[in-house]
Amino acid sequence: MAKEVLIEFQNITKTFGAVVANNNVSMQIFQGEILSVLGENGCGKTTLMNMLAGIYYPDGGKILIRGKEAHIHSPKTAFSYRIGMIHQHFKLIDVFTAAENVVLGVKNGSKYNLKDVKKRIGEMCDRYGFHINPDKKIYEMSVSEKQTVEIIKVLYRGADILILDEPTAVLTPQEISKLFDVLRAMRNDGKSIIIITHKLNEVMEISDRVAVLRKGEHIGTVKTSETSEQALTEMMVGKKITLNIDRTKVENPADRLFVNGLNYTNSEHVKVLDNISFVARSGEILGIAGIAGSGQRELLEAIAGLQPLDSGEIIFHRPKKDLPVSFYHKTLKQVIELAAEGKFHYADGTPVDLSGKSKKEIRRLVNEEKILFNEDEIMNLRDKTPLQIRELGVRLSFVPEDRLGMGLVGNMDIIDNMMLRSYRKGNSILLNRKKPENLADQIVKGLEVVTPDLHTPVRRLSGGNVQKVLVGREISMAPKVLMAAYPVRGLDINSSYLIYNLLNKQKEEGVAVIFVGEDLDVLMGLCDRILVINSGRVTGIVDARTVTKEEVGLLMTKTDAGKEKRDEKENG
Amino acid sequence: MKKKTADRSTAPEQEPTQSGVKSRFELPFHIVKRPHIAPWKKILIYAIALVGGMLLSSLICAVFSKNGKNPLDFFGQLFNGSFGTPRKSWLLFLETALLLGASIALIPAFKMKFWNLGGNGQILMGCLCAYSCSYWLGGKMPDGLLLLVMFATSVAAGILWALIPALFKAVFGTNETLFTLMMNYVAAGVVLYFRSAWIKNGSGQFPTLDHGILPSLDKYSAALTVFVFFVLTVLMFVYLRYSKHGYEISVVGESMNTAKYVGIDVKKVVIRTMILSGAIAGMVGFFLIARTGAGLSDTSPNNMGFTGIMTSWLAGFNPLLMFLSCFFIAFLTRGMTQVRTDFGFTNSSVANIVIGLIYFCVISCTFFVNYKIVFRGKSGEKTDLDRKLANQVRGVK
Amino acid sequence: MLVTFLIGAISLGTVLLYGCMGETLMEKSGHLNLGIPGIMCMGTAGGCLGIELYLKGLADPAAANWFLLILLSILFSILFSVSAGLIYGFLTVTLRCNQNITGLAITTFGSGLAQFVMDTYVTRKGFGAAGKLISRGFVNDPNANGVLRVFFSHGFFVYFAIILAVIFTFVLNRTRVGLHLRSVGENPATADADGVNVTAYKYGSILIGSAVAGFGGLFYIMDYLKGSWENASTIEAFGWLAIALVIFALWKPNYSIFGSILFGGLSIAAFVLKGSSTQKELLKLLPYIITVLVLVFTSIRKKRENQPPASLGLSYFREDR
Repeated sequence: MAKEVLIEFQNITKTFGAVVANNNVSMQIFQGEILSVLGENGCGKTTLMNMLAGIYYPDGGKILIRGKEAHIHSPKTAFSYRIGMIHQHFKLIDVFTAAENVVLGVKNGSKYNLKDVKKRIGEMCDRYGFHINPDKKIYEMSVSEKQTVEIIKVLYRGADILILDEPTAVLTPQEISKLFDVLRAMRNDGKSIIIITHKLNEVMEISDRVAVLRKGEHIGTVKTSETSEQALTEMMVGKKITLNIDRTKVENPADRLFVNGLNYTNSEHVKVLDNISFVARSGEILGIAGIAGSGQRELLEAIAGLQPLDSGEIIFHRPKKDLPVSFYHKTLKQVIELAAEGKFHYADGTPVDLSGKSKKEIRRLVNEEKILFNEDEIMNLRDKTPLQIRELGVRLSFVPEDRLGMGLVGNMDIIDNMMLRSYRKGNSILLNRKKPENLADQIVKGLEVVTPDLHTPVRRLSGGNVQKVLVGREISMAPKVLMAAYPVRGLDINSSYLIYNLLNKQKEEGVAVIFVGEDLDVLMGLCDRILVINSGRVTGIVDARTVTKEEVGLLMTKTDAGKEKRDEKENG
Repeated sequence: MKKKTADRSTAPEQEPTQSGVKSRFELPFHIVKRPHIAPWKKILIYAIALVGGMLLSSLICAVFSKNGKNPLDFFGQLFNGSFGTPRKSWLLFLETALLLGASIALIPAFKMKFWNLGGNGQILMGCLCAYSCSYWLGGKMPDGLLLLVMFATSVAAGILWALIPALFKAVFGTNETLFTLMMNYVAAGVVLYFRSAWIKNGSGQFPTLDHGILPSLDKYSAALTVFVFFVLTVLMFVYLRYSKHGYEISVVGESMNTAKYVGIDVKKVVIRTMILSGAIAGMVGFFLIARTGAGLSDTSPNNMGFTGIMTSWLAGFNPLLMFLSCFFIAFLTRGMTQVRTDFGFTNSSVANIVIGLIYFCVISCTFFVNYKIVFRGKSGEKTDLDRKLANQVRGVK
Repeated sequence: MLVTFLIGAISLGTVLLYGCMGETLMEKSGHLNLGIPGIMCMGTAGGCLGIELYLKGLADPAAANWFLLILLSILFSILFSVSAGLIYGFLTVTLRCNQNITGLAITTFGSGLAQFVMDTYVTRKGFGAAGKLISRGFVNDPNANGVLRVFFSHGFFVYFAIILAVIFTFVLNRTRVGLHLRSVGENPATADADGVNVTAYKYGSILIGSAVAGFGGLFYIMDYLKGSWENASTIEAFGWLAIALVIFALWKPNYSIFGSILFGGLSIAAFVLKGSSTQKELLKLLPYIITVLVLVFTSIRKKRENQPPASLGLSYFREDR
């Protein structure tokens, strides 16, 4: 099959500051083929395609289109080369109809007539097998319909080369197979299609050729018919790199957090969390691996009390059987209430009856550790707000992915950001800035945060320093469970290691650490167990010390065949 | 990854071509957001804007002056009008104090990014309640008690007027800008309704009051009001800067997500803050009436609800800086009355023109505070911008 | 009596209709312009100045030419209101300043300047005659058939307003320009990426909207009041009511025709209806209360078509995305 070379990348290099997104990439795209661009998160595949779509401009190298050098400065220029890109986040106007969105910005000299537009949309639908109601408003549409509108929008502008960025990430298996039918129809019509993806089974199913990128470099392009999932995974993840992280042995692990059957379907009817269950143990780091957007954020936010759930429970387990109650977790009022419920006994086994005892007396009993729990404490955190979780005495720290938008307030200084979690303490209506100031000072000194002073708004600090402030604050709460989502994203090597060491130290102190990461080498070097999540489902929990990179890679990318069959059955 | 488009030049209309791209038109400069500005630069920009606005105003006044005055006279008369006599000075401070009252009523809501345009209505409802209590109950109870009742009802009315839009905002997300704006006219209508219901004699105006007048500490009955609102402004500064409530307001205003993350009940904060806003506005209304026992009208708040928006915005929502902004606006208003007579203008509208012009200058200077104009260098420029965009994409700021 | 009432309602409603159409146009491009009252004042002052200059050159004001009178008043009105709009546009679009603050400043400035111009340069000599001429309709006989009078006794500006409202509705819903304008108000980033010139559309809608709003004040003085002048604050009040009408009409110019007649009717009901003056005061409150109810109702129902444009009040900076 001798096909015409349509696009050729020649030694394309693109850097963002110190980060090299693409390094010396050379590859070709043929007319009338489906090419998959495969790679892990952050391997530079989207950046490379963005240069073709006019969003970025290469720092070095050339792009040739039909053999001639092309300068693609803007999406508009890209369109003049008949290149159209469908981004992961759709650029549609919600209150407009499909037809209105399709025709928006098109100035082809013809009269504005929605009827003609609809007719042309109908023609395209017939030609490629789409189904769309051009009068339907975008906000009434499912994700898949919105995607269809985006594709039509690009086709309407006359694109011959379509780039789709993770087109299947948010689709159901049925919708995926429909999309693939459409893509095949377009290929047979002579169009070239580029799919950016990291799902191996889809790569195998749809594409004619696969280009694999790893850490910004083009590893190779192979014909799909001449390769296997195994071979592609190896190209994608590369050889295991041993990192210099001191991983200590897990000492006395105890079950700390039970997550049972979490389910959550979002407003777009996508099942984001699908029956997720696992146990986090004290004194170990549980890594969560998965392609970005597989439900990691929702999972952590659900545990932190920020994400409502459809079903399931989050049980916090406090091993207190035959151990004394303390004012560390319980207020005096709570102690009295629990005693009334018969939850305590004395050392000699007799039940505790506090009725008739004075507050002073009760305080003394508690402080002398005379009152012991009958059973371990079990608390369900589901549907509790972050405040209620704290009032239960559950010390749960959470380093969210969005540092300045959620974990910290960018315009506030370091001291005020220290108070975010603790400002409520005490009965005074005024803030106490003394303690946060000391804490800020400790963190700045202890973690070597580079800042002019403690009164600098955190948004002015560099990424690594922002993260040190956030992690420092969360650790300062002496948590029992510490969750960190992508805590080293965007950080330099030194800062990253500092964060790893902090997490390791927490583990040694008996904290149950949950670490969501994207770099498999880090996950395998830092964690004790790795939970692999794929499209909202747990596809495996593996021992980080013995597992191979390929095994994790496959668990992350491979869609479970059994599940697809089940879905098909359910949906007829 | 968020959608980002880095084309920042207006590419000319092009027919689809296969051969390449013609030369592109680019502006010689482009605008970038400033991540940070040094305080002295900020002060300098504001100072230039203010001075520029004043100079422009003085020139315009001189050009249109009926009796050939020059721009220097403008400044002289401005000072003369505000500080010329002890009475003028007292009235200047009184005006400053009332404006401060209106501004501190609005500021907590603004810090929370709740656009309360209903200051006029909230103040007017305070006026109405203070006035009605004195009108109906005056003479029937001791004046001291009457003042207390007036005060309490004014505050309650202010709260009510602020609370209604706040509740709808908190529960249904109703647009507060438009809602509070409408509440101003409802309040004015309510006052006119009572005027026509109660005042049956020919004048058709609310008479001045004999009862429920605050004790006068000075010749112009200004000192008490000045004292109260100056103190309140300092208290408001403390509340916003040093109290837990103030802290919550800042967090809600800065980032809803962070507020949720740390477990702040956003609805509660919105409602609580608007109650505070309304209470202070109601109090301003009380002082407007009870200071001298003034008659009531639908324009009693003297547009302070809107002027207060300008002053608190000028002060960057910092109560202490509001001493400056309110004083400045009061100074302009008072001074312009003198400029007007001296320059031979027949009507008071000149003051509005001048204040409007100065507003324009100050408003436009915020552009230079927030943005920076960068002239296109040779190469490297684009990469720099690309990096910034990419950093945004990656969440690295 | 009903005839008089309807004529009055349509007439006063026209003042609001102009203001409302102007504001709607701007809000469609994402600009909440609280300067509308000031812009309406500016339009009034400009239009009156134009008429003054024209009448000055005439020996007998009664001999004024209808066409020239209308043309000059419109041109001068546009000159004034568009310069106010230009200030607003420059500050909010180019300099990306806060829209609420800028709008309030425009209102302060515009009402002040209008008052100054009217008091200083407009003597209003012959305005009575000019007013009569401008307000002359097709049917001017007070004894004519009531239905005819309701529909055909109005001056040029009433029909002009309704024609404009119909044109705006058509343009907004049926043309490419309208589609692009709405996209700018809904999601400027998307519009920009699709090649819509966001800045041009914003300026265009602000300037045209200002011109249209300015006619409202001019109409009020020259047609409704037949050339008499009270003060700028009356026109300012109409400006605020016009902003209320935008919400009431759910950002749709065709709805605003009927909304304006309703609001106009409620405003003059006090003069026409029997009943105590107290009850009439309550009647005057109704437009605002109805507006609040509409606002609350639409926010509860959350029907997407009836919401304000999504980026209303926000500045657009391309690199912010």
